[in-house]
Amino acid sequence: MLAQVVFYVFAAVLLLSGVMVISVRNPVHAVLFLILAFFNAAGLFLIAGAEFLAMLLVIVYVGAVAVLFLFVVMMLDIDFTQLREGLQRNAPIGACVGAILFAELVMAVSNWTMAPAGAGGSVQAAPGLTNTAALGTLIYTHYVLLFQACGLVLLVAMIGAIVLTLRQTGSGRRQNIEKQHARTREDTLELVQLPLGENVLEQGGFLRPGTSYYEIAVPGSYGAAEQPKEAEKEETGA
Amino acid sequence: MAQFFYHTLAGQIILMLLETLAVLVPLLIAVAYLTLMERKVMAAMQRRRGPNVNGPFGLLQAFADAIKMIMKETVIPAGANRALFLFAPFLTFSLAMLAWAVIPTGNGLAVADINVGILYLLAISSLGVYGILIAGWASNSRYAFLGGLRSAAQMVSYEVSIGLVIVSVLLAVGSLNLNDIVLAQRHIWFCVPMFPMFIVFFISALAETNRAPFDLPEGESELVAGFFVEYSSLAFGLFFLGEYANMILMSGMISILFLGGWLPPLGLAPFTWVPGPLWLIFKILFCLFVFIWVRATFPRFRYDQLMRLGWKVFLPLSLVWMIATAGFLMATGLLPQVGGVN
Repeated sequence: MLAQVVFYVFAAVLLLSGVMVISVRNPVHAVLFLILAFFNAAGLFLIAGAEFLAMLLVIVYVGAVAVLFLFVVMMLDIDFTQLREGLQRNAPIGACVGAILFAELVMAVSNWTMAPAGAGGSVQAAPGLTNTAALGTLIYTHYVLLFQACGLVLLVAMIGAIVLTLRQTGSGRRQNIEKQHARTREDTLELVQLPLGENVLEQGGFLRPGTSYYEIAVPGSYGAAEQPKEAEKEETGA
Repeated sequence: MAQFFYHTLAGQIILMLLETLAVLVPLLIAVAYLTLMERKVMAAMQRRRGPNVNGPFGLLQAFADAIKMIMKETVIPAGANRALFLFAPFLTFSLAMLAWAVIPTGNGLAVADINVGILYLLAISSLGVYGILIAGWASNSRYAFLGGLRSAAQMVSYEVSIGLVIVSVLLAVGSLNLNDIVLAQRHIWFCVPMFPMFIVFFISALAETNRAPFDLPEGESELVAGFFVEYSSLAFGLFFLGEYANMILMSGMISILFLGGWLPPLGLAPFTWVPGPLWLIFKILFCLFVFIWVRATFPRFRYDQLMRLGWKVFLPLSLVWMIATAGFLMATGLLPQVGGVN
């Protein structure tokens, strides 16, 4: 009873958000509705008892793919008036493609049965396994080569994306941590022993041996600040 | 009475609500006092007193802050997307609460003891980025948007290494159930044999919760306050609570994956007298203390350094560690069998 109610809620929200994806104007809203659709599909998986697939759908599609999708759509600068113009021109083509897809779907689903060869060859999971374990044995034991091939296809796609966006090194300023760490004191700092105060007196006596650091750090700052006060006092006194 | 609760629909729903409240109420109080703890601990580290005016030792400061937050005016910027602007903080907050459904506080003592508990945690924590991304976009402000984008890139990057660290732990456990993960640590906590992964996970948890030194999404020196620059009043409060609830959640994950969850450090008499939930709370408090300690100690990372650490250091390290763990378990015959603990 409860499961049925939950199923209808998830299914209704899934269908509604699917419709909203293609009908809302704002592309960011469309992506957010797509995420809602993914989420509800995960809910349906949960009701069907496929908890591993449900979690994977949320982690992979909602947590990673849709984030990047949203990322890109948010950065796009879309002119809505241009989109409306395109709608008039492209509507017939879109309708044709949609009609063909729908017709094919009806033909395929209305009399679909598993081929006898395929039905015989399907692997039965051992009873008593959680569906994570069953899926694991299926993918990594029975279909490991196909799985590896899928992984290679994805690897090629990844490398392709990196190659397309790779910029030649030398553009921009890069931090070379090893170089920074390899710097030693000898490379960068030279200590010179100079007799204190020599050659400086000609410039106005900046370094005066025998006086404290604070007095010589900012020349004239201490003495100059106090002297006028005394001068003022003398003036007022006089 | 038991008949009513276990066998009727209304009873089950009431029971579910009570279980939820039993988790949420302590959690919210913990969040309120975590803010106080952070201020007190940081004050002690910086040789100040911290809040000490409201109540004894400043214990009522958390409530004073909450009342101040609620009484303020909610300001919604003119160009903001109103619905999404208000939705984002609720999403952040409720996701931080949702994840607690699967955290076991004792042997089998969780609201939902599901078979894919760790995946559920990973899924919920990977959703956390939406609250920030939506907030950044809906605010219609440059600073907020930049904060949101930074956060998206940062959280996606560090999720990769978190996922791989979890895989290494799962290899040694042989189950995705959080309860089994804790029980597998009866003999030795995973933080001992997998110490490097413990550190990687901890640092990634800092990045995942946008805490210092990885708090670039809200880097106040360059982005004012990042993604929540336009938020005020209760909406800001929800972000704030969500961040702290996420910190507690991440500390809980660290405790369960590496510090033996509710298990005592040794299975001997004085340790076993303390009940399991208290051990879990001690461990979470320890992790939270380190979170705060790190905040009081380290300067913020630069953005390219953050990305380099995630992709060029943690990712290869956790990948190599994962393969090494698998190889070691295969070679020594310790690899857990399907469907069993250890």
